[in-house]
Amino acid sequence: MSHSHDHAIGHNHETSELTDTELRVRALESILVEKGYVDPAALDELIETYETRVGPRNGAHVVAKAWSDEDFAEWLYRDATAAIQSLGYSGRQGEHMVALKNTAEKHNMVVCTLCSCYPWTVLGLPPVWYKSAPYRSKAVRDPRGVLDDFGVKLPDETEITVWDSTAEVRYLVIPRRPEGTDGWSEVELARLVTRDSMIGTGLALSPDELREAAE
Amino acid sequence: MNGAHDLGGMMGFGPVVAEENEPYFHAEWERRAFAIALAMGATGEWSLDESRSRRESLPPQQYLSLSYYEIWLAALQQILTDHGLVQPDEIEAGRSLYESRPVKRVLKGEDVTAALKRGGPVNRDPEAPARFAVGDFVSAKNMNPTGHTRIPRYVHGRPGVIEAVQGCHVFPDSNAAGKGEAPKWLYSVAFKGTDIWGADSDPCLTVRVDLWEPYLEPR
Repeated sequence: MSHSHDHAIGHNHETSELTDTELRVRALESILVEKGYVDPAALDELIETYETRVGPRNGAHVVAKAWSDEDFAEWLYRDATAAIQSLGYSGRQGEHMVALKNTAEKHNMVVCTLCSCYPWTVLGLPPVWYKSAPYRSKAVRDPRGVLDDFGVKLPDETEITVWDSTAEVRYLVIPRRPEGTDGWSEVELARLVTRDSMIGTGLALSPDELREAAE
Repeated sequence: MNGAHDLGGMMGFGPVVAEENEPYFHAEWERRAFAIALAMGATGEWSLDESRSRRESLPPQQYLSLSYYEIWLAALQQILTDHGLVQPDEIEAGRSLYESRPVKRVLKGEDVTAALKRGGPVNRDPEAPARFAVGDFVSAKNMNPTGHTRIPRYVHGRPGVIEAVQGCHVFPDSNAAGKGEAPKWLYSVAFKGTDIWGADSDPCLTVRVDLWEPYLEPR
């Protein structure tokens, strides 16, 4: 492995363990294939799917649609699983969806303190920080501290609800629609929707921030 | 079980650090570990609940020092051994040494997209009506089972309010132990931040937790 980010749940670890890990994974894969338990083509397909086909662009589509289509938004808040499925996103780790609306008065944030539950169908696989001890320990106790880590400041009087994904219900935050986006198309709006804004650790980009990000 | 995985409310881990433009996988072995874990899960030899149970049963010092996919890998090896599908010396040898029984299903490459699309819904027909309704005052039980459970420690004994009835869902405590799905009603319960973290904590915080009926009692 060429780089050694700190991916440990708790703290850092030695690079030599990774080499051992690489060998074990290789051994295990060979054994499982040899025994006929796994089809190598399925392994490639699984990786291809989650590396290239599923990701936060799906969720951004859902959010942009909710911002621009009142009927869809009403459906989304009443039956998120069906509404999201109508856009083509359904299945594993998105079987039971709930959409959470952020407003000026109320901010929602999603965590899984016990493991790493995350709405794969709309956000893809979770980032390392979402699965890490700092986030999982802190989000339910000090969400403002978490927001601070992300450089986000909300007014003191904003109500914050943190959703701990302890069951198979998966939560998608619908961030507030930024000012100055009247008349924008769904495709344009979707570009404002970041992954973190759909977890509740960020906000949607303003038109200015989008321009800066593009430069 | 009261394992190291039950992290809500712990302190001392430092700030949340996000990586810019983070890739989904940070090494080739992570891709492979992810894929073999999913493909073996698809054999139907064990449930997702059992996988979670295995991961959180790792000794705390190990759980907290391993990376995410290293935890998956350690748990997968253990589960394969438990189910008699792979023997420890085979992993050492890096090849199959024994005749093995066939698994229930093998996920084929061409079926992956359809299988992921189907997913695995966990809602089931209820055997009894729901005990609680929206608006009911409840308490999360103080319970410390040694097996798998999905009630986080930080709500033990805390007062809450039923905010939504999520349906009747497979009960992980039973399913993880291989004792059947035993579906139970699932509720979204709201807890005031101050009821969990004390009077000097953020007064504007609410924590919503999905809890099964056996975790709750009326108050």
